[in-house]
Amino acid sequence: MTVQQPNSFRTGPDERGHFGNYGGRFVAETLMPNILALEQAYAAAKADPAFQREMDGHLKNYVGRPSPLYFAERMTAHFGGAKIYFKREDLNHTGAHKVNNVLGQIMLAKRMGKPRVIAETGAGMHGVATATLCAKFGLDCIVYMGAVDVGRQQPNVQRMHALGAKVVPVESGARTLKDAMNEALRDWVTNVADTFYCIGTVAGPHPYPMMVRDFQSIIGFETREQMLEAEGRLPDSLIACIGGGSNAMGLFHPFLDERQIEIYGVEAAGHGLKSGKHAASIAGGRPGVLHGNRTYLLMNSDGQIEEAHSISAGLDYPGIGPEHAWLNDLGRIKFLSATDKEALAAFQLCSRLEGIIPALEPCHALAKIAQLAPKKPKDHLMVLNLSGRGDKDLASVAEHLGGKL
Amino acid sequence: MTTRIDTRFADLKREGRAGLVTFIMAGDPDPKTSLAIVKALPKAGADVIEIGMPFTDPMADGPAIQAAGLRALNAGQDMKKTLDLVRAFRKDDAATPIVLMGYYNPIYIYGVPRFLKDAKSVGVDGLIIVDLPPEEDDELCLPALKAGLNFIRLATPTTDDKRLPAVLANTSGFVYYVSITGITGAAAPDAAKVGPAVARIKRHTKLPVAVGFGVRTAQQVRALAAGAEAVVVGSALVSVVKDSLDKTGKATAKTVKAVAGLVSELATGVRGGKRGPK
Repeated sequence: MTVQQPNSFRTGPDERGHFGNYGGRFVAETLMPNILALEQAYAAAKADPAFQREMDGHLKNYVGRPSPLYFAERMTAHFGGAKIYFKREDLNHTGAHKVNNVLGQIMLAKRMGKPRVIAETGAGMHGVATATLCAKFGLDCIVYMGAVDVGRQQPNVQRMHALGAKVVPVESGARTLKDAMNEALRDWVTNVADTFYCIGTVAGPHPYPMMVRDFQSIIGFETREQMLEAEGRLPDSLIACIGGGSNAMGLFHPFLDERQIEIYGVEAAGHGLKSGKHAASIAGGRPGVLHGNRTYLLMNSDGQIEEAHSISAGLDYPGIGPEHAWLNDLGRIKFLSATDKEALAAFQLCSRLEGIIPALEPCHALAKIAQLAPKKPKDHLMVLNLSGRGDKDLASVAEHLGGKL
Repeated sequence: MTTRIDTRFADLKREGRAGLVTFIMAGDPDPKTSLAIVKALPKAGADVIEIGMPFTDPMADGPAIQAAGLRALNAGQDMKKTLDLVRAFRKDDAATPIVLMGYYNPIYIYGVPRFLKDAKSVGVDGLIIVDLPPEEDDELCLPALKAGLNFIRLATPTTDDKRLPAVLANTSGFVYYVSITGITGAAAPDAAKVGPAVARIKRHTKLPVAVGFGVRTAQQVRALAAGAEAVVVGSALVSVVKDSLDKTGKATAKTVKAVAGLVSELATGVRGGKRGPK
């Protein structure tokens, strides 16, 4: 397919929320007035220096930013090629990149006068971040979480409870992230007047993909400055795991127009792409419409959405953000995938070589470094987004490794 | 262009009563029983039939319709079978309007031009697509109108006067007023609030207005029918389907009768005397 290359990859979406053929606002009429109001409120907040100043203060003093850009020396030596850096989003308050976006959205909820916040969560990191910021800003918080995920992410369920949030286990469908999102949308349709829906990734109806990207882009902007300081130049390649794709978009977006920089997104291949049990929407899906946007989705020939499968609850979603779909078609982001097994091996390697226990989500990106890094020259600067810490995954990793960590 | 929907609402106006719109899920609990149910509806008192196109992720539907969709999908329903159902119904009934209702993705994947051509040819009259607001009219609404199908839009309590003109602009057949902010089958609507809301819509359009969401009893139908051209019942009917199934989820001798029975009862709400809007 020949796709005309744009002058800039960073100007999207258009005023209707489209990234090329992707994105849009495919929602029930009940929600449309709210979505339009949110779009206006976000535009006003973005242009308000006081909002930015307040956010910068919280990012520094509450979230703990900037997060370090860490030279992974032993991993670099282990692979014997590219010089590997980790962007340490795992060191943020609440333990993942999710908080960058949630801070912005909860400040917006407060500004819009919405006293009640709902969120969907897979691994629980977005739920924890939302519960955290709702506690800080004094808002009610209800988190929808698939019943299967409630089972495999108990520590995060307990954290949300401790933070005063109500966690609602979702029993419909496959009882994972997609169903949690359906249930959150149903709540929103019902309680539209007083409720703010805090979406955790760069997906959903416009303006969410754009807004979440903007809030997460601090990852890439910091990386830019930090790499210039450390090496005197920009990185040569970027790599991040992708479920919905918010940590990846946050790192990638500020670099999209430096076309010499290689950009890799890593999807979850579960039991393998050929097994049919995976969560790789780009590799194994095709464009369709779900949860308010058009993007690549896992589905059958009748347009029925299929269940995603991944060891990582945070990647267990049958879709991907629409901007990723667009950048895939344009060839700007190269999509790879890593299996559950590869992710587990990366989990062990990173823990033992660097003394960093990574979340299973970024382990998918770490797994591909094993293939990419050795082929690169020693002066090649590669940045991996270490998007979250792995404490929450210890029980499920132990289970997969036969009880032994 | 006059469609079966236009004709039916003109007839209802002449009769001086409101219409009963019944929703049933295509292929629930199986294709054969589903056809028998749809065939039984007009005789039982349904004036317009909405047929749900099942979807795995019905984000505006409550538990009853979610479950109905899953029963249908598990029994092998797909878009082709849903269109076959309409074709089979049309063999004996050339007058009752059929509206397909559902979500966009199964249509998008079937292919919009192919879907419109096939829907028209089997005898579909209108479409209600929950996740296609006016902002996305280029996708299906405008092509559907061009193909001679009605595109029926949902207006909700959150659709204010500023937004109503946009919602009504490309709407045809009738306007579906969602009487609550919520999902299908949720809280019952408050007839006292619905009246003024329907009157507000009528200030913006000459189209008939059907009121739905949360309607379960003939009494509710009667109360809502006083101020609207039609009342829609859905979750209550698919719940009756569910309750009639055996332990393994298969249809029983009671299934079709139970649905027809409830429709007859609900129909008294629109037929017991002249209660249509003035």
